[in-house]
Amino acid sequence: MRELTASIDSPATPGHNRHELVIEIGKIPVRVRTANLAFLQMLENRYAGFVGAGRSAAYEFEVDLEPLDEARVEDDLSVLRRSGRWSLERGDFRAEWDPASNRGSIRQSANPYSIDSVLRIVHTLELAREGSFLVHAASAVRNGRAFLFAGVSGAGKTTISRLAPKDAVLLTDEVSYVRRHEDGYCAFGTPFAGELAKSGENINAPIAALYLLAKGPENRIEPVGPAEASRALLESILFFARDPELVKSVFQAACEFICRVPVYRLTFVPDAGVWEMIA
Amino acid sequence: MTKKCYVARSSEIAARKLGREMMIMSGRDSTLYTLNDVATVIWEAADGSTSLDEIVESKICPQFEVQPCMALQDAETLVEGLASHGILLISNEPILPPVLLRQEAR
Repeated sequence: MRELTASIDSPATPGHNRHELVIEIGKIPVRVRTANLAFLQMLENRYAGFVGAGRSAAYEFEVDLEPLDEARVEDDLSVLRRSGRWSLERGDFRAEWDPASNRGSIRQSANPYSIDSVLRIVHTLELAREGSFLVHAASAVRNGRAFLFAGVSGAGKTTISRLAPKDAVLLTDEVSYVRRHEDGYCAFGTPFAGELAKSGENINAPIAALYLLAKGPENRIEPVGPAEASRALLESILFFARDPELVKSVFQAACEFICRVPVYRLTFVPDAGVWEMIA
Repeated sequence: MTKKCYVARSSEIAARKLGREMMIMSGRDSTLYTLNDVATVIWEAADGSTSLDEIVESKICPQFEVQPCMALQDAETLVEGLASHGILLISNEPILPPVLLRQEAR
């Protein structure tokens, strides 16, 4: 395990011993600092494979732990831009950051789920600005190309991940990371796991196809028209902010993706034979 | 509607034609709309300076082989529905670009 670094003289916390860790997902490094070493070690275990060693980070968060407020625990998620700062609130956390400096703070109890949610939201906002997105989809790399399998809960994301052959490298069974580049789109591995409870591999590959999952009596692949594909993709994209301009960006990103990446409906029975159709 | 009616596309939405379908998303509440063929023609012609009866006469009637009077009634109902969702702007006067710009600045 990599040794955690302690930045004793952190200007943000004079006089306090803060420990830090860089979590790099999709090549976007996020530095978190906290005074609680045990919490940081928990994060290092949870994000194993995604802990970067770089000194620079795109985002920096001071994490302060506090007891869970039982009265607010059921509060819904709110992601708003207030007075130029992003404010993220849910029953179990409060976070904010300044988009000019990309520095901010997170207040939560000592659990891994709250900061995991904050990270997902931060990434959705960052990606929305560049025509990229997170999507409820399993993804895997085979023969140097990435394949996405999108669907709602129960559609078969974890099932198709479990059925993946040995030559397929799993990027995630739950949340796929899609970044646009000059020639198309790349899928990146994520630590955002579903029922498999296992992080994906921290690699990336150009996306060859998006499959919309459906369970059925036989294995079948059918092309999907662009309008239907965009509706399905938009239903699966993770985006939480009430921000009209970013909502429009996400919509355009989904449409652009549909125009560049082949989309199919993949009906499958739960056996490994389905992967013979994916290569 | 008895007066001239002008329609313009709202700047608070994002739109994209995929295949034959016009997809529109509201930036305000993330609602996704799909327009049918007739609505798409009106949407594409809604430049703020062409009146709805002109759009019906020059675009809808020739393409869909409908009577102007009936088509205009249907079009009025349609644009009122789209306006209620914030997709289109309706006015009895031409909707000039500064109005759209002011809306964008909000």
